[in-house]
Amino acid sequence: MEFSYFPGCSLKAPGHENNLSLIAFSKAVHVDLIELPDWNCCGSSSAHAIDPTVAALLPQRNLSLAPKGRPLLVACPSCLLRLRQAHLALVRDKEEQAAYEKRWQTPFDPNLEIIHLFELFSRIDLSRYLKNGENRLNGIRFAPYYGCMLARPPDLRFEANYHGLMEKVLARLGAVPLSWGYGARCCGTFLSAAKPDLATSVVNGIVAGAMDVEAECLVTACAMCHLNLELRCTLQKKIPILHFSELLSLAQGTMDPKRWFPKHLVDPRPLLKQRGLL
Amino acid sequence: MIDLDSCDPKLSHDVHRSSRTDLAACLQCKSCGNGCPFVGAMDFTPNQIIRLVQLGMAPQALESATIWICVGCNTCAVNCPMAIDIPAVMDALRHLALESGVTIAEPDILRFHREVLHSVKRYGRTHKLEIMMRYKLRTLDLFSDLGMGLNMLKKRKLDLTPSKINDIHHLDPVFKG
Ligand code: SF4
Ligand code: SF4
Repeated sequence: MEFSYFPGCSLKAPGHENNLSLIAFSKAVHVDLIELPDWNCCGSSSAHAIDPTVAALLPQRNLSLAPKGRPLLVACPSCLLRLRQAHLALVRDKEEQAAYEKRWQTPFDPNLEIIHLFELFSRIDLSRYLKNGENRLNGIRFAPYYGCMLARPPDLRFEANYHGLMEKVLARLGAVPLSWGYGARCCGTFLSAAKPDLATSVVNGIVAGAMDVEAECLVTACAMCHLNLELRCTLQKKIPILHFSELLSLAQGTMDPKRWFPKHLVDPRPLLKQRGLL
Repeated sequence: MIDLDSCDPKLSHDVHRSSRTDLAACLQCKSCGNGCPFVGAMDFTPNQIIRLVQLGMAPQALESATIWICVGCNTCAVNCPMAIDIPAVMDALRHLALESGVTIAEPDILRFHREVLHSVKRYGRTHKLEIMMRYKLRTLDLFSDLGMGLNMLKKRKLDLTPSKINDIHHLDPVFKG
């Protein structure tokens, strides 16, 4: 299976280990990720905040680069929203489509599929690749953290949603999902840079909430959440924050831990060793 | 206090147009305010902002800290029984605030957003290190987070050189309208 791949800025720099583990996992399940040539930043929160034109046009350029007939896999949940919203706005407006074609000198593809890593699991049969997959993760206790990634704006509210996906997939691989109260609490996004104290109080609440239910780690599928949770947590006792893709790759045995785990600000290696996973 | 004489009906019209959200549908159920993770740092709760717009209290809405603190996480939007796109309303109010030249309640946040867009314009992608350095310079807050920044460099969480797009002129239609 071939996908165009949009990593986004967060995976390109702070989330190297997320990018590497995602690519390793995809390869192992015979999914080819072909990086979208010369992709640009989707604008993130800042374009939306202060410049509606730029916010509308940045994702458009990325859409214009996507080859026809190949679904576009987007690694960052917030880029995913921006790209989908931009696509939907074009699908709904013929005049805008014409302007788009003139602007980017390429036909608009109304059928372009824009999907997240989560949607891959409804397209591949994981059991084919994870023979004896049960229990590979040796009962590691995790708090599934989605942040705001599953919260859709009203115009996307009828699209498929993926609540509980990390729990389902990782439980099948032998990890133990915990139920807790902070799985959908936003990490603070840009406030982590612009108002660190505010982000810290929210992040501490999230990490403490995970420790209250005796989680050994938090698992997230968003590189920005990952960075904020690691960077802004000031609790004395902390637990590691793992990328969903890291645990997938770990379960599958395609990991390259020397390259990923040292990049964490909260070192997950002691925990993984203790659980017999390294 | 609500001073009806100074209320401006144009506000709800403008917000409706640019957010494509009809605020007349709001029931003031307060779900949005109760669930917002950042409501503690806001001067008006999200539902109060909606009310200000309904009443046309432009200065209060446009000069509020809330419209800048809001991160657009959509927590409120999924909870809203009337499917009001609250983050789109906040976007609209921020744009109106910038256009009308009122006092910006959270100038640091605005500066941060400007630095991000500066980077995207220059490289086509965000260069986090440069954004943070320029932001810290502008806010004259050079030393907070310094140790953390060095640790991030060491872990390659920040790249020294920016990741750039090859064809920066292909972005001209974005920044030159
Ligand atoms: S949740 Fe929706 S209906 Fe309720 S107060 Fe907020 S905007 Fe109004
Ligand atoms: S989108 Fe803004 S107002 Fe709504 S819950 Fe998130 S931060 Fe609060």
